[in-house]
Amino acid sequence: MELFKKYPKLFQWIFLLIVFFALCFAIDVPETYKFIRGQAEFVKDPNQSTFVFLGKEVRYYAFDVFWRLPPLLGWLPIWINDSLFFLMNDWMPMEFWNEDTQEYKTRPLVLQITRNLTAFMTFLIELIREILLGGLETIVAFTSWDWIDANPWAELPGLPWTIVAAGSAILAYKLGGRGLAIFAGLAMTYISIFGQWKPSMQTLSFILVAAPLSFIFGLSLGIAAFKSKRVEKALYPILLVMQTMPQYAVLVPALVLFGVGDHAAVIITMIVAVPPMILLTLLGLRAVPPEVIEAGRMSGCNNWQLMFKVLIPTARRDILIGVNQVIMVCFSMAVISAFIGAKGLGFNLLLALNQLNIGLALEAGLCISLIAILLDKMSLAWANKQVDYFGNLNFFQRNKNSLFFGLIMIVGIALAYFGSIYFKEYNYLFEVPHNKGISTADFWNKGVDWIFDTFFVYIKAFNTWLIVEVLQPMRALYLRMPAIATIVLVVGAGYLIGGIRSALVVCGLTLFIALSPWWDRALVTTYMATFGVIVSCIIGFTVGTLCFQNKHSTKFMLNVCDIFQTFPSFVYLIPVMMLFGITDTSVLIAVIVYATIPATRYTIEGLRSVPSGLHDAATMSGVTKFQRLFKIEFPLAFPHMMLGLNQTIVFALFMVIIGAFIGTEDLGQYILKALSDKKGAGIGLTLGICVAFIGLIFDNLIRTWVDKRKKHLGID
Amino acid sequence: MSEPVIKCESVYKIFGENAETMLKEANGNVDAKTFQENGCIVGVNNASFEVSKGEMLVVMGLSGSGKSTLLRCISRLTDATGGKIFIEGQDLLNLNNKELIDLRRNKMGMVFQSFALLPHKTVVENIAFPLQIKGINTEESIKKAMNMVKLVGLDGRENYFPRELSGGQQQRVGIARSLAVEPDIWFLDEPFSALDPLIRKEMQDEFLRLQEKLQKTIMFITHDFDEALKLADRIAIMKDGIIEQLDTPANIVLNPATEYVRKFTEEVPREKVLLIEDVMDSTTTEDIGDLKVSKDEIIENVAEKILTQEKTVAVIDNNNNIVGSINPTKIINTVFGGRKNNN
Repeated sequence: MELFKKYPKLFQWIFLLIVFFALCFAIDVPETYKFIRGQAEFVKDPNQSTFVFLGKEVRYYAFDVFWRLPPLLGWLPIWINDSLFFLMNDWMPMEFWNEDTQEYKTRPLVLQITRNLTAFMTFLIELIREILLGGLETIVAFTSWDWIDANPWAELPGLPWTIVAAGSAILAYKLGGRGLAIFAGLAMTYISIFGQWKPSMQTLSFILVAAPLSFIFGLSLGIAAFKSKRVEKALYPILLVMQTMPQYAVLVPALVLFGVGDHAAVIITMIVAVPPMILLTLLGLRAVPPEVIEAGRMSGCNNWQLMFKVLIPTARRDILIGVNQVIMVCFSMAVISAFIGAKGLGFNLLLALNQLNIGLALEAGLCISLIAILLDKMSLAWANKQVDYFGNLNFFQRNKNSLFFGLIMIVGIALAYFGSIYFKEYNYLFEVPHNKGISTADFWNKGVDWIFDTFFVYIKAFNTWLIVEVLQPMRALYLRMPAIATIVLVVGAGYLIGGIRSALVVCGLTLFIALSPWWDRALVTTYMATFGVIVSCIIGFTVGTLCFQNKHSTKFMLNVCDIFQTFPSFVYLIPVMMLFGITDTSVLIAVIVYATIPATRYTIEGLRSVPSGLHDAATMSGVTKFQRLFKIEFPLAFPHMMLGLNQTIVFALFMVIIGAFIGTEDLGQYILKALSDKKGAGIGLTLGICVAFIGLIFDNLIRTWVDKRKKHLGID
Repeated sequence: MSEPVIKCESVYKIFGENAETMLKEANGNVDAKTFQENGCIVGVNNASFEVSKGEMLVVMGLSGSGKSTLLRCISRLTDATGGKIFIEGQDLLNLNNKELIDLRRNKMGMVFQSFALLPHKTVVENIAFPLQIKGINTEESIKKAMNMVKLVGLDGRENYFPRELSGGQQQRVGIARSLAVEPDIWFLDEPFSALDPLIRKEMQDEFLRLQEKLQKTIMFITHDFDEALKLADRIAIMKDGIIEQLDTPANIVLNPATEYVRKFTEEVPREKVLLIEDVMDSTTTEDIGDLKVSKDEIIENVAEKILTQEKTVAVIDNNNNIVGSINPTKIINTVFGGRKNNN
């Protein structure tokens, strides 16, 4: 009784677990139950039950309600799909002027809007692509094909690679100094020499369109949310879901609305990249000291002047960090959106992975990572750069970078011209053609083969052991949980952590998944994510704590985390496929590597955030290193480390879903299938929401706990 | 006497959701406790006063006393919940947004405790900012701003960024910026509180020098009683949103109105605050010595001279007329007597 009074929470948790296990043992597995492989539920089968809701027929295998809830939301994907099609094809037909046929044509409004948007995006992408690679579409868009035929001088070639490389080096110099400039120059030269110029520039042009547009939209929405509480409240749930929504899932509805190609990819990238921009804009504007705003007001600023002359320049750094985030999202989307036909490195990467040509995949992946790191470093340098004063410089000093670029332009063009005379077949000083550059693909492929031949037995043994001894039992355990027991466990945890409010939120999220047709799949996703998260946390926590013991290793580790985080998520699949082939093990190892980044980072940051005064106080009371770590640093850093756990879960979920590309049997597999299904939009979106909700359940529980704990500890 | 520049008539500022209805129901009898029970916090409670042209009113109070809130009501950075505020006869609370912006662009300047400089602009650009907001072109605004840079003694540093300056220098920029539009009314919200004691004293002297030259109408907020005594023409002492006493420094020291005010005055070295005029006898006796002192001298400066006299000393005004007399014992009484411990 004493004990019970002392630790009431502990006993509540024990009680919850007892109820959970009691339910698990009380409810038997129905004899007819089996995990549905492939897409069996879409095939008609006399054993299935049906119901009709809103005119949509839903088919499913019925079980005891305690074992699995019936998919009462099964109509939702069909309904979403039908509504989308109705919107696109039948809603509000209107007369629109058609340029090509010179007559009015009847078209549904939404279709017209999306087509116009598409045309606009295509125009922008083509414009940049033609500056970098040459082409005629943009000039033709302003004139006509006949005009081009009459004026052959307008057929300008793209910029020679020498100019682009030197130009990026100059820009890098301006933003971040000599080191960054050298890196920029080398990276660009590498890309050119290894024959990846064209796909790289295609990817770059895609990013140069998607990133600025996302920036503009994110900034405006962030400002709107800052100005009006109502806008913020309306945006908040969307931002929340978008943070945990796998990027795959958004692709499917976009496919229906915007078709296939670079333009659709840009639009979808914007949808994914805008939310973090909004959040960081809001964060930055909120952080402007109130006295600065008052000073602006007292200087007689009207609202417009206050926003653009006081608030935004003062919040500059946070907003530019937002730009950095946008660029990173764009890169990961540059690969993922290759699924809906975006050209460039991402497309080559996917193609190579599909053909199991690890060497080619590695080259493409390396290039995309190089550009990503370069742009990441450049945008960060921009964010951290202090404004310099130019007032007292002369014309040459002020414009030396542009003058220098002009000089480079001339030299580059001259070089390209001499090149065209000197090289008979290909002008290497203009552009190194794809496949004509140096290729290391064979080397890598041979390396992979060698690893496979040499270590095959060991890898195979490890693989079998992991799958048979660990993964399959774990998966069976997850699937063995009756739906009711799971819901009781999750809702109970919500209640114990955050009270009735949290319990209700979590209950709603869980019920959505339970009532969707994919509960079993969601369990598999959760099992893979759980496995990944547990291992990642153990590794990240240990590595983080060890590295924290020394200042240099701390800095080194944070840098490593930075660089790893810059890699587009797909790149992680390359080495694991190299070593483990196409198995669940590959996916899980990719998940573990990817999710270890936030686990490590947050551990280090958490430990670092412990006030130095406390550190000194502990030392002065004569603690040993271990005592300090366990009595002072861990308890105080724990809330922050839990936020890291939160991030680890989100990262793991993302990677599990992407792992569907290798072949898993979870929600991701269906999302991938929905991509190639004409009627897949509804399914894809609903699946995406399911994944997002899994993430949000954990997010809600962890955040509530962290907030309470932080309040309790009095840290913020 | 001419129209006061700032005039407040029972100004209230109450934070909370039902502030306005509660204020109406209270009928001018606001009790902070009952308001707090209903979820409202009283910031300013029935403040009425006037500031006339060229006068410096120092509002002094500890943190949470409502002094900054009062200032923000008068600059309309927050809207007062009740009462009336007039700026040069204009009803401030009835101004529309455009008129308010106009007023701020031309009549008001404000200095902030945390300097509140724009981090992306240089010193001279920061100072030119209010001018440019007004619509003055870059060249002219920079020229005017340069004059201000010289006025506050920052020449040579005009192209520095705020991050490159010390706290005292940053506040000089803040002062120059608030003066750039040549406002009539100058608000200073604890301008020197964030500075080191030595720099603070230097800045106070600098501030007095400026005020002598510029003769602005000033509301100066501080939590430092000594600073208030040093600078003020009149001091308003605030506690819990209420102005406890509003009077000249000398009167506050000599006749504290409430127990709360008296506590502040206890530790004050009177000889540094009081003028001869404040303690002299306005009658003149026959028995007068050769020494004459001006009535506007601070006691400290002439105490030694007076104390060496055996006879009563004559007090003269600016025109050398004798207006009163002072006895050395009076000086001793003022400096050492009249305090709690000695009574």
